[in-house]
Amino acid sequence: MESVNSPANSALRKTPLNALHRRLGAKMVNFGGWDMPVEYPRSGGLVAEHKAVRNGVGMFDVSHMGDIRIHHAKHPGGALKAVQHLTMNDASKLAIGQAQYSAMLYPEGTFVDDVIVHRLGEDDYLLVINAGTREKDISWVRKNTANFDCTVEDLSDSYTQLAIQGPRATDVLRKLTDANLDGVKNYWFTHGTVCGLKNTLIARTGYTGEDGFETYIPAEVATSERVWNAVMDAGREFGIVVCGLGARNTLRLESKMALYEHEISDSINVWEAGLERYCKMDKGDFLGRAGLEKARAAGVTRTLVGLEMVERGIARDGYRCLDESGNVIGVVTSGSPSPTLGKNIALAYVPPTMSAIRTIVCVEIRTQRCKAHVVATPFYKRLRKVSAN
Amino acid sequence: MGYPTQYRYTKEHEWIDAKGDTATIGITDYAQNELGDVVFVELPAAGTKLVAGKTFSSVESVKAVSEIYAPANGEVVEANAELHNKPETINSDPHGAGWLVKIKLANPAEVSALMDAAGYEAYIEEKKKEASA
Repeated sequence: MESVNSPANSALRKTPLNALHRRLGAKMVNFGGWDMPVEYPRSGGLVAEHKAVRNGVGMFDVSHMGDIRIHHAKHPGGALKAVQHLTMNDASKLAIGQAQYSAMLYPEGTFVDDVIVHRLGEDDYLLVINAGTREKDISWVRKNTANFDCTVEDLSDSYTQLAIQGPRATDVLRKLTDANLDGVKNYWFTHGTVCGLKNTLIARTGYTGEDGFETYIPAEVATSERVWNAVMDAGREFGIVVCGLGARNTLRLESKMALYEHEISDSINVWEAGLERYCKMDKGDFLGRAGLEKARAAGVTRTLVGLEMVERGIARDGYRCLDESGNVIGVVTSGSPSPTLGKNIALAYVPPTMSAIRTIVCVEIRTQRCKAHVVATPFYKRLRKVSAN
Repeated sequence: MGYPTQYRYTKEHEWIDAKGDTATIGITDYAQNELGDVVFVELPAAGTKLVAGKTFSSVESVKAVSEIYAPANGEVVEANAELHNKPETINSDPHGAGWLVKIKLANPAEVSALMDAAGYEAYIEEKKKEASA
């Protein structure tokens, strides 16, 4: 067996909670150059962590995510113009306190990264970006806003980002903040005191397909550990568990949320990834728009589908997809057993002609060819509470 | 969990329990702990030839696939069919009911060249130190 537990490596980057994770006995892995917890045996491991988030509440350290603030234009609207140029969704539709899923694109219409754009103030935006693409993203933003009227600030190392996720997340966070959490809708945010830290950003966002919050606190070790422990104490009565990136991955996969270098990359475009509802072609020009027009005219040759294994076997990232005659037709971008569904699921790129529900697609698993079929996605969708008003 | 003293061990965390010219092979407690919840096991059919140091099986947790390497040369007599329905037995009883295959050894003498329990325990202590350094 090959070891999955990597030694502490001084070359790897660490979040302010790194020492705490090690004290908690987490299994650590190299994730995009970061020394991160993949699972905590004391939480019961990946499956227990996953189920806690679906049924109760779990907490993740996601401080490896990056943050870019775009603001301080000399003339009002300068920052918005820069954000509109950089990202594919329509940031002009955002109210102050609202966030949106979006992406930065190369001229070809392929992905620099996917981002969440938060409108902090009148002409003030925060882009939350991926860990593995931090340096690339920040230089991309700087280069492409050089002629715009705004200031670009890299705040990536300023925050410890904690994700508190699951149907009981509100119950936990409510005990620690004066903010009115019930007034914060999905993909909105507020500022409030959290564990005595004034003016803390609390966003109703996440990467699990579950209700929950992501909160941004100062990136000092002592403060970060204090807040982490306070959340654990507050969450005890709700059965909170600490969760690693392993559960984060299975949770986002069940919800069909894209992961950079898997479902999206510098060689996959918006149409292929099926993210067109976050791409506003009519908002005016933006980076990647012309490339997307061209790609649309040329026709889409592959599309992202959900697969469920019919035969025994687990599809994994990078495995080839074949038709029933054995011709290579595509590739698995993410694959795993689904702890919620008890089935083996995957996301894969296949030709549009093979994308209809129930189409048989074979996955090459080592030396075997295992049958799967195309299923509707997301694989898992939470039941939202029906609001009385 | 203790490491049975009559077993021999590999650096890749397989164990082998040889009795005469037959042997049982499995993965160690350390290995199952590293893997996490085992959800899938692929085993060779009876009659399959094992080559020492070459992969003959794979054990999968939710997050990863691990190749399992043959500790010795031989031929599969029986694979543990129980694992198809209960792969988690590898987690709960790695040195017992979680065995993978029984083989007929090509050369029973080669097993004694592997690490004994004390040697293996010293080896994994080193591994653990590296991981927490």
